Amino acid sequence: MTTRWFGAPVQRMEDDRLLRGHGRYTDDFDEGALECCFVRSPYAHARITSIDATAAREVPGVIAVYTAADLPFGDVDLPLLIPHPNLTHGRTQRCLASEVVRYAGEAVAFVVAESRAQAEDAAELVAVEYEPLPVVITPEAGARAEHLVHDDVPGNVAAELVQEVGDVTGALKGAPHRKRMTFRYERGAAAPMEGRAVWARWDDREHKLLVYDSTQSPTSIRGGLAVLFDMKESDVEVIAPDVGGAFGPKIMLFYPDELLVPFAAMRLGRPVKWTEDRQEHFTAVNQERGQVHEVDCGFDDDGRLLALDDDFIHDGGAYTPYGIILPIITAAQVPGPYRIPNYRVRFRDIYTNATPTSPYRGAGRPHACFVMERTLDAIASELSLDRDEVRRRNFIQPDQFPYVLGVVWQDGNTVVYDSGDYPRLFERALEMLGPRPEGENVGRGIAVYVEGTGVGPYEGAHVQVLVSGKVVAATGIPSQGQAHRTVWAQIVADELGVDVEDVEVTSGDTRRFRWGVGTFASRSAVTAGNAMHVAASMVAGKAKLIAADHLEAAPEDLELVDGHVRVKGSPDRAIPLAAVAVLSNPVRYAFGGGTEAATQFAAKSRPGPPLQDGEQPGLEATGYYSPPGSTWASGCHAAYVRVDPKTFRLEILKYVVVHDCGRVINPLVLQGQIEGGVAQGIGGAFYERLAYDADGQLRNASFMEFLIPYATEIPPIEIDHFETPSPLNPLGVKGAGEAGVIPVGAVLAAAMEEAIGVPITEMPQSPLKLFELSRQK
Amino acid sequence: MKVNGVDHPAPSDTRRLLSDHLRHDLGLTGTHVGCEHGVCGCCTVLLDGAPVRSCLMLAVQAEGHEVTTIESLARDDEPLHPVQQAFHECHGLQCGFCTPGFVMSVVGLLAQHPHPTAEQIEEGIAGNLCRCTGYASIRRAVGRAVELTR
Repeated sequence: MTTRWFGAPVQRMEDDRLLRGHGRYTDDFDEGALECCFVRSPYAHARITSIDATAAREVPGVIAVYTAADLPFGDVDLPLLIPHPNLTHGRTQRCLASEVVRYAGEAVAFVVAESRAQAEDAAELVAVEYEPLPVVITPEAGARAEHLVHDDVPGNVAAELVQEVGDVTGALKGAPHRKRMTFRYERGAAAPMEGRAVWARWDDREHKLLVYDSTQSPTSIRGGLAVLFDMKESDVEVIAPDVGGAFGPKIMLFYPDELLVPFAAMRLGRPVKWTEDRQEHFTAVNQERGQVHEVDCGFDDDGRLLALDDDFIHDGGAYTPYGIILPIITAAQVPGPYRIPNYRVRFRDIYTNATPTSPYRGAGRPHACFVMERTLDAIASELSLDRDEVRRRNFIQPDQFPYVLGVVWQDGNTVVYDSGDYPRLFERALEMLGPRPEGENVGRGIAVYVEGTGVGPYEGAHVQVLVSGKVVAATGIPSQGQAHRTVWAQIVADELGVDVEDVEVTSGDTRRFRWGVGTFASRSAVTAGNAMHVAASMVAGKAKLIAADHLEAAPEDLELVDGHVRVKGSPDRAIPLAAVAVLSNPVRYAFGGGTEAATQFAAKSRPGPPLQDGEQPGLEATGYYSPPGSTWASGCHAAYVRVDPKTFRLEILKYVVVHDCGRVINPLVLQGQIEGGVAQGIGGAFYERLAYDADGQLRNASFMEFLIPYATEIPPIEIDHFETPSPLNPLGVKGAGEAGVIPVGAVLAAAMEEAIGVPITEMPQSPLKLFELSRQK
Repeated sequence: MKVNGVDHPAPSDTRRLLSDHLRHDLGLTGTHVGCEHGVCGCCTVLLDGAPVRSCLMLAVQAEGHEVTTIESLARDDEPLHPVQQAFHECHGLQCGFCTPGFVMSVVGLLAQHPHPTAEQIEEGIAGNLCRCTGYASIRRAVGRAVELTR
């Protein structure tokens, strides 16, 4: 295999249309579609006593108003996506609430009209009477269970899971030093620039449903719609067109609109579209990161961890559609790159009257990293040791892989780190960080993390060489900016010996590829990337078999180079790949494109029937890749900051990243993923905070008050990579999508703590919080 | 109003936002809507050559003015405009949703300051949100656009 494209800084192939304004995002689809608006609960917890849509239905332009009573699936609980034996009290919402609402923003009615303005006007006329119920908004309040979110869930506990490696109680008792700490991480919001949107068209003559959905998993949406509407999957097509960022919440399914828009399109016989507005995005789209950890650790005089006991609660929100994946990830990721001989972790997934939670970039990991790194900093402080030295003494060493952690992972397997070199990451980061800048109120932070990536179950790919010699490739999972078209074209181009520009990739369109799981968990490069590699290898093998007859050479003596199959060492004995594509499909009727070469009276290169046993026409193949376990990427971030002692403004003086995600497919794409991740991490650590009040109202549901950083808040970020290839997959790759965000909270907390001289145990921080902390000094 | 050099009648619906008018009445869907309250900058277009938020204007307010959108920077059969080309070369976009707004802001910036200082660049892009790139590549793209425009 040549490695001409893999690893090269190939410029993105998706850019041209996006730059010209020719991208097609879901709201760009029209075709005279009816428009919709939700009626959402203004209360975080209330009993619905009546719903009256009469006045709304009379508004000019209104086509339909749906309440739960109007839906054939109105009394069906939405799917619990990831069941788990310990999720003893899993609860999901209904498409439209009719009895109790459990978070502000929960959908109650759905209005369809000729225009969005008419739908919004009518939505205001839907009369819903509520009887407010007591609200439980923080995870601590949920755990206290003075009020219940669900009447039939005692203690507000959806799930509890305890895992232990070694003997924690014994090790804690015997430890020379012991420290207890509480760490708190609040909810955050992914806030992609494009909110969610769904467009659907029902073709009554063909009995086919076509849906455009800004989702991270069109194949799952399709499967669910087929079940709900009792249709064949082949009659439902779901396409994630251009998607304007996702960062996790668009893997959640089914949001009510994902059922209601197709339903309305089928009922009304016209295309229907719903586009979320920014305010409802803040309450109707899943959030994540709320956790409170109680840590008890034991360590020796040198700062070596002997035991860690972490008991945490996870803010699940009002429902648990995504199961308990988030706390499972946190529990598995707390130890990070460090050896902890005795580790016990218990979590409880707690219901609150807030928007449900599901993964947001980082998914359980930023909080885990925060807990571990803050614990190590506290140990260093307790023993008056250097923070760096404490880390060096606890690292898992490069000769210890595969390293078995012994706790459960999100794929049901046990966590096993496949490869890495954590001390090297750390020393390189220190080298890049350099000496402390002059001046007062400067602090330094450093954090090391691992990230389980490339989780299964599988992805697939289809690769075909056309008779023109061009190559088309497709996979089921969509891109939301990760440059799938480019990186997969690189992988396919290498296998087939063609120019990367000659490979056209489609992703996230069930019409082109029917199977697959989704884009999440930093998994696309590993799963779909390797599936592309598998499928392209199969095509290359087939091309060699066909060309072997033609060139009168053994297949193993052939190679694919420069768009030709040729005999190794004799480049003049070659056949264009396009001609091989022609020969792969024996035809009776030449249809142009050189296909006369494959007709029945053309020269035959071998005796027997044109297609022999086991052969299939077409120079194409479908391949799958199913990982045996996750690949474990890792990284180290370090920073110097200055905190203004009067205004508590944060200035990031220097920020460095050393990153290892195995073999790098495209350094430009990877750099973009890291830079963007760090920026989101900075936002989540210091600027963005979801300000819920005691009544469960989100008081800052707009970009005016929920402060996503502009360019002015994000410093230059210095990045270095090295590669410890994963031994688990043919390409040796690991995931990178979430890496940038994971350790930022831990790094900035450590640095701000040094700068202002008070312990920081919570995220996010803000100028006001730092001011209040410093007054307690 | 003139949109991309072509005269158009004002919409009859006086409460139509300029952003909605461009997208849904004129089919110019390259102008995106990210927040509808004037913070994200995805809907940035040029009004008489200066960047404005098209979600903060009614379409009728553009009467008598010239509106320029992303679609007009380069015809389909033409190479990319230097600012578009610079974003491509510098990996200045990922999902592409904020991109037309950024490109229009930078076109406006370079019209006003053909040789912007680092501060002017920072100021010029500080009204647009991007959730994907972390801005580093966008800063590089502005520098590259200056070179390509020379």
